[in-house]
Amino acid sequence: MSLFDYKVSDLHELLHKKELKVTDLVDESYKRIAQVEGKVQAFLTLDEEKARQTASSLDDKLTTESKNGLLFGMPIGIKDNIVTKGLRTTCASKILENFNPIYNATVVQKLQQHETVTIGKLNMDEFAMGSSNENSHYQKTRNPWDLDRVPGGSSGGSAASVAAGEVLFSLGSDTGGSIRQPAAFCGVVGLKPTYGRVSRFGLVAFASSLDQIGPITRTVEDNAYLLQAISGLDQMDSTSANVEVPNFVSALTGDVKGLKIAVPKEYLGEGVTDAVRQSVLDALKVLEKQGAVWEEVSLPHSKYALAAYYLLSSSEASANLARFDGVRYGYRSPNADNLLDLYKKSRAEGFGDEVKRRIMLGTFALSSGYYDAYYKKAQQVRTLIKKDFEDVFEKYDVIIGPTTPTPAFKIGENIEDPLTMYINDILTIPVNLAGVPGISVPCGFDNGLPLGLQIIGKHFDEATIYKVAHAFEQATDYHKQKPGI
Amino acid sequence: MTRISNEQVKHVANLARLAITEDETERFTKQLDAIITFAEQLNELDTTNVEPTYHVLDMKNVFREDIKEKGLPIEEVLKNAPEHQEGQIKVPAIIGE
Repeated sequence: MSLFDYKVSDLHELLHKKELKVTDLVDESYKRIAQVEGKVQAFLTLDEEKARQTASSLDDKLTTESKNGLLFGMPIGIKDNIVTKGLRTTCASKILENFNPIYNATVVQKLQQHETVTIGKLNMDEFAMGSSNENSHYQKTRNPWDLDRVPGGSSGGSAASVAAGEVLFSLGSDTGGSIRQPAAFCGVVGLKPTYGRVSRFGLVAFASSLDQIGPITRTVEDNAYLLQAISGLDQMDSTSANVEVPNFVSALTGDVKGLKIAVPKEYLGEGVTDAVRQSVLDALKVLEKQGAVWEEVSLPHSKYALAAYYLLSSSEASANLARFDGVRYGYRSPNADNLLDLYKKSRAEGFGDEVKRRIMLGTFALSSGYYDAYYKKAQQVRTLIKKDFEDVFEKYDVIIGPTTPTPAFKIGENIEDPLTMYINDILTIPVNLAGVPGISVPCGFDNGLPLGLQIIGKHFDEATIYKVAHAFEQATDYHKQKPGI
Repeated sequence: MTRISNEQVKHVANLARLAITEDETERFTKQLDAIITFAEQLNELDTTNVEPTYHVLDMKNVFREDIKEKGLPIEEVLKNAPEHQEGQIKVPAIIGE
C-alpha cells in the first residue's frame, strides 16, 4: 500500500500523531518516481533538493507546533504552465526551454502559505493546446492504465502522476476540458472551477476568457480541500470574482435526496460509445437509489460548441502568444539579421505545429474582413450556449453526462488529423464557454480503461457538484482501483 | 470549394510573425481550410440580435487604488533575457545600416 492511498485528512492526522513525517511523504513521492517515471514520463522538471529541504524544515515545525493547516506537508505536482519562482516553467514548449520565472503564480503562493511541498513540474500539451500530451515538445506522457495509450490532455502529466501514485495530488488547468478529460482517462478526480473562482495570475495565458486552474486528486474530499486552498479574489487578476468561498468539504453530506439531475440527450448521442453511455446510466441508477431524480433535457446548441470554441480560443491565443517574440525572455533564433526576422524566426523555431496552427487560425479569425463572420459570430453562438445552461439550471441542480465520448485512445491514433483530435473535447467544451464548473469522477471501466462521469453545476456552485460526486463515490469503489504499473 | 488559399496563409503567417516554408504553407492551407469549413456550420444558426458574450461574468472596469508599488529589480528581469547590455535588453538592428 502507498501512503498516497490515504486521504489528506488521514495523512494530516498521522502527521500530528507523530506516526508519520513530512520527509516520509516526500520520500514516497521520489521513491515512486524512481520506480515508474521511466514508463509514465509525467514530469518535465523535478525539484528534489528543495523539496527535501522544505520537508525537513516542516518536520522541525511539526515538533514545535501542534496546529497546522490540513495541507501541511502534502506533496504536490504542478502543471508546467503555472509559474514557479526559480523553478523552470516551460509550458512544454521549446520557446520557454530555459525560462526561470521571477515570481510565483497566486495559486503557488497560496500553496506555500498552506505549506505543501512542490515535487516538480508536470508535462502537458504545448501551451495547453491538445488532448493527448503528444503536443509536448519534450516527451509523451503515458497512461498508467495502459502505457500504449495517451493520458489525455492538456493536463496529462497532472492526471498521470496522481494515477501512478507519484504525488498525492496536482494542479492542472482547463480551457476546453484539459483537467476533466485527462482525469477521466486516468481514473482520477478533476475539477474545473467556475470561471473567476481561482486567480489566473501566473497561469501562462492560452484563452483568457476560458482558462481556469483546478485540482486533480484521488478522492472528491481531497479535491474539495485543495480547491478551498487556491480559491478567492485576487488583486492581481481582475477577472477573479469577488464572491464568497464557501466551505466545500462541509457540503459532503452524502445527502442527495430530492436532488434534480438533468441529463442532456446530446451528451449520450452520436460518437459516444456504448460502454460510456452504459456507465453513465449505471451511475444515474446509483444516485437514484440515494433519492435523487433525473430527467432527460436538451442543450440544443451543444453541437456548435466545438466550432465556436476553436474560433474563440484560437483568437485569444493568437493575441496572448504574441508576447513570445525572442526579445525579453525565451528562445531567440540565432539566425536573424534584423528585428522583424528575429520575431519570425524565433517564433517559427520555438513553437510546435499545433500552436502555430492555432495562432494562424486565430489571426485569421480576427483579421480585417473576417472578424464579423468568424470571431463575432462565435461570440454570439457562445451566448446561445450559455443560455442553454441557464435554462436547464432554472429547473435542475446539476447536469450529468460522460466526460469523454470514449476511453483513452492509443498514442499516435489521432495525431494526424487535428479535427478528429478536437472531437475528444466535445462534452467538456460547452462548460468552459458557459463559464460554469464541472468535475470528472471515475465511474467505471471499459476493457480495463477508466471512464469518467461529468457533473456540471451552476455558477459558483462547486459545493453541489462535490456533494453529488462524493455521494456517488461513497457508493462505488472505482476510485479505489489502481493501475497495475 | 476551398475557403483558404496559399496566399492567405502566407499573409496570416506574416501578421502572426511566423516564418513559414513552402511545405508548411501547403499543409497549413489544407488544415486551416478544413477547420474553417467545419466552423462554417455556425452559419446554420440565426444570430440576428444575439449579443456576443465576450466574458461570462457580469463585470466591467475593475479598479483598484492607485498605490505606488516597487517593480521587479532590473537584474532579476534581465535574467531571462537572451541578450542584454548596460541594463537594457539588446536586439538586432531595426533598420538596416
